[in-house]
Amino acid sequence: MTVGTPPAPVAAAGPRAADRRTGSHVWGGRVFAGLSYGSGILILLVLAAVAVFLVVQALPALTADPTELEQISWFRAESLLGYVGPLVFGTVLAALLALAMAVPVSIGIALFISHYAPRRLAQGLGYLVDLLAAIPSVVYGLWGALWLIGVLDPVMTWLSSTLGFIPIFAGYQAPAKNVLTAAVVLAVMILPIITAVAREVFLQTPRLHEEAALALGATRWEMIRTAVLPFGRSGVISAAMLGLGRALGETMAVLMVLSPGLLFSFFLLKPGQHQTIAANIAAQFPEAAGLSVSVLIATGLALFVITFVVNFVARAIVARRKDFSGAN
Amino acid sequence: MPQGIQVKDLNIFYGDFRAVADVDMEIESNSVTALIGPSGCGKSTFLRTLNRMHEVVPGARVEGNVQIGGVDLYGKGVDPVAVRREVGMVFQRPNPFPTMSIADNVLAGVKLNNRRISRSDAADLVERSLRGANLWKEVKDRLDRPGSSLSGGQQQRLCIARAIAVEPSVLLMDEPCSALDPISTLAIEELISQLKERYTIVIVTHNMQQAARVSDRTGFFNIENTGDPGRLVEIDDTATMFSNPSQRATEDYISGRFG
Repeated sequence: MTVGTPPAPVAAAGPRAADRRTGSHVWGGRVFAGLSYGSGILILLVLAAVAVFLVVQALPALTADPTELEQISWFRAESLLGYVGPLVFGTVLAALLALAMAVPVSIGIALFISHYAPRRLAQGLGYLVDLLAAIPSVVYGLWGALWLIGVLDPVMTWLSSTLGFIPIFAGYQAPAKNVLTAAVVLAVMILPIITAVAREVFLQTPRLHEEAALALGATRWEMIRTAVLPFGRSGVISAAMLGLGRALGETMAVLMVLSPGLLFSFFLLKPGQHQTIAANIAAQFPEAAGLSVSVLIATGLALFVITFVVNFVARAIVARRKDFSGAN
Repeated sequence: MPQGIQVKDLNIFYGDFRAVADVDMEIESNSVTALIGPSGCGKSTFLRTLNRMHEVVPGARVEGNVQIGGVDLYGKGVDPVAVRREVGMVFQRPNPFPTMSIADNVLAGVKLNNRRISRSDAADLVERSLRGANLWKEVKDRLDRPGSSLSGGQQQRLCIARAIAVEPSVLLMDEPCSALDPISTLAIEELISQLKERYTIVIVTHNMQQAARVSDRTGFFNIENTGDPGRLVEIDDTATMFSNPSQRATEDYISGRFG
């Protein structure tokens, strides 16, 4: 009997305690599930709201007659498409140039921080790179317009005189208010985000894979090439896309640095050839009313579509080699 | 060409902490040597000094002498990278490169060594190495699939194929079966006895039956108290070690009266 008594109260308390626990479980679970569902749906709603706003507001411009559009003082094109086209071109060109400059440097910095630098230096450098991200874009614009243009002037003069036979470097005109300067500013601006993401990805390389490479007789660089870079590939692509997104939408810095023009031009060193959508909206919006606002919003819609396409392409690139991603 | 290993007065340190003390060991070429002992006794650390892999941990260093084929591994001007090309290693958990195909995994070491290899030579080497690792029949139709698509046991044999593709003189195995099921373990053990003909093998294992099955000689590492360095208690022919060891500690450990 002495052996039998102790379990009894436990058995009696058991179901009640269990009930109470399940009760709060159910409630907590429901609240949390509701919150997560709500947040997920909210994102979709916001995205849909932006898309609907852009389409509705751009509709007058999309349906307007070219003769109506010609009434707008700054509208110098045959049609809306003829106006949006060069802007899209300028936006994509500036962003891609920035990406081409920023990605290799970012990967270099990220690898240095994750695999080369002594720990203390790596930490300090990491903070410094993150700090770059905290600088407001208008400050980058000032820096670009007042300092960088002067510094790049001799470089671009040299580029144009020695490599001028390649069309893209031909015909430099001072001051350097051209698309290449804008791209350099953009590259500096997107450097921190790409570096930060790439660094995190490189740090997550499984130690097992690094050791596998080292045990085969890999030098540090060979280890990085066989284990770290392939593992980080999709992460680096995502990082580059984040950077590209920021470069595509950057407004202030481009506005302050670039001398605008609406041409399909590959002359990277000539001013007055390119303009980006975002900078153009910012430049024209204060003076716009009625149909001209609608035209600007139509260009914004184009930017929205570009960012969407960029993201889909990035996902497709990542998904194409999913089997080899190391996630399985 | 397989080579013997001579270890004299080896002490292994992590910073100021002495992890392994005073190891003397003589390993003949074309033999299988098993290292057994409780967790934390330094047998894996010791194994990793045989191809200088322990140096991956910052602050790790050794005092003493390790020679493979008469060459001092820690001599002046000896590049750890060159040592690792000569002394292959298989790890506790299978670690094929997930971003590479099965064939590319086998060729990874060869390509690292900056050798240009023709396509037909590469195909030959892949087949020879996979046959050497008893994996060829299972994967010959899917050489371009990712290495991570294989089962755990197959992945481990792929890692062995990758290690032997560069023709090392010594093969180190750090608990190669501890993450595998019994059938895969059996496959690896059979493979080890075949590989002995071409390589000198040192294997760390927690499984004493495994040590008894695969090895010619067995070394027992032990640690007196936490914080003390691990020591090689004794090393002898495997049959002797498991029937009539000369040290009391060995007998206790082997018969399960440990601790």
